[in-house]
Amino acid sequence: MRDYGVFDILGPIMIGPSSSHTAGAARLAKVAAIIAGGKIKKVEFLLHGSFAQTYKGHGTDKALVAGILGLDPWDENLKISFSLAREKGIDVEFVGKDLGDVHPNTVKFVITKEDGSSTEVTGSSIGGGNILIFNIDGQNVEFTGERPTILTHHKDLPGVISKISSILYEENINIANMRVYRSGKGRMATMALETDSVISKNAMDRIKNTEEVENVKFINPVAEGDM
Amino acid sequence: MFVSSGAELIDICKKEAITIGEYTIREEMARSELSREDVEGRMRKNLHVMLSSSSLAQEKEVKSVSGLIGGDAFRIRKYAEGNNTLTGDFMVRAMARAISSSEINAAMGRIVASPTAGSCGILPAVIISAAEKLNKTENDMINSLFTASGVGIIIAKNATLAGAEGGCQAECGSAAAMGAAAAVEMMGGTPEQALNAAAIVLKNILGLVCDPVAGLVEVPCAKRNIAGAVSALTTADLVMAEVASKIPFDEVVWAMYKVGRQLPPELRETAQGGIAITPTAQKLKDEIFKEKNTL
Repeated sequence: MRDYGVFDILGPIMIGPSSSHTAGAARLAKVAAIIAGGKIKKVEFLLHGSFAQTYKGHGTDKALVAGILGLDPWDENLKISFSLAREKGIDVEFVGKDLGDVHPNTVKFVITKEDGSSTEVTGSSIGGGNILIFNIDGQNVEFTGERPTILTHHKDLPGVISKISSILYEENINIANMRVYRSGKGRMATMALETDSVISKNAMDRIKNTEEVENVKFINPVAEGDM
Repeated sequence: MFVSSGAELIDICKKEAITIGEYTIREEMARSELSREDVEGRMRKNLHVMLSSSSLAQEKEVKSVSGLIGGDAFRIRKYAEGNNTLTGDFMVRAMARAISSSEINAAMGRIVASPTAGSCGILPAVIISAAEKLNKTENDMINSLFTASGVGIIIAKNATLAGAEGGCQAECGSAAAMGAAAAVEMMGGTPEQALNAAAIVLKNILGLVCDPVAGLVEVPCAKRNIAGAVSALTTADLVMAEVASKIPFDEVVWAMYKVGRQLPPELRETAQGGIAITPTAQKLKDEIFKEKNTL
């Protein structure tokens, strides 16, 4: 029997009409934009399954663009995200695409930045506004964004993971969950590390400065408390 | 940890001489390790969103993104002002409140999923209408939202709140049951009476299917929010008149879950059965997607 809190029953506060097709879509896009980092020039949204079939009626398109702009699922500007994106000079395009054997509410973001580099992020809206990111730039990597998450791209060498976990220990941040993915021994590895508490600025800086870490992203969850 | 059944909930409230609402607040404080002030503050945010969603579409006509629904809350409000209603000003205004939130939801406005977006109109309409009638304060409304949430937790633990799993009875039915219990505690009823009200509401909606036209949370969802609010409010009166449910709350929740699982997938939010496949619904669906979808 699952344990429920009061605000699992009454909440989230969100922009309608659908927790999966609107609120979840906005969350997915917000996380995708953080992963891409930098100034975004263009986003191509590849919509799969139910997302492709019903996106207009549920405002999924507006929610996705809003998330790219960093808006939260309860922000009333979600409705006018297209004009906000135009003002910022961000091009958006929606394409229906069969992404294979994945959840019906799945989207692949192809994000191009102003410096010409691009990032691909794929994730699903799995119900009740909850999400699962499962692929970044062709690399499988699973996390939900419910907890603060650290995503590293680092050299697959002995001791790197220990260095990062020591920093977290010293900063008094408990690790809830950790997964490492690599393309091959001694090459580059990706790690998704979920923590119990918000990742402090100090911890972020120290992980960024770790020699073997080529790239790191910090995703703190969207909390309604900030509303 | 929060108790797992209605029977346990009544027992513990009796033993501690507290309401379901108070028990729920205390459990949430223990669970989240937050102060009473913080937990109540978060619920206050929910209430403020509910106050606005339940009134906005009464003040001006609000149209849904698809164009399928809109303007009914405004119409009902105007009608109530004419003072010629059959069921009285109180009930007609409660109906306007319920559909207002549903219209705001369909128009991409801000709502509280309570417990879902599809059933977001019921609880605000019940709590706000009852509080207005009984001259209750904002804090009383917050307490009653905890009552509603406590009942929702028991339903979620033993059944489901998702239309895709249990049909509309699980969404609008649960919302109405939660609202009825909240209204009873607001009127000074006992935890036992609150769960009697929740049981009666669920029995009266048992078997209701989830059959959204074009897969959108609009038809017949918005009007089912009205029906849920009316059922919750009238049942609160029933119970305060000492009418009890012959079947206990826990057994009704069990039956609701079982019925939900027995519903074929066509009648569980897939838009492949019920109202969704009537000729008019099919026509509306074609019109919406011809215009709106370009993929």
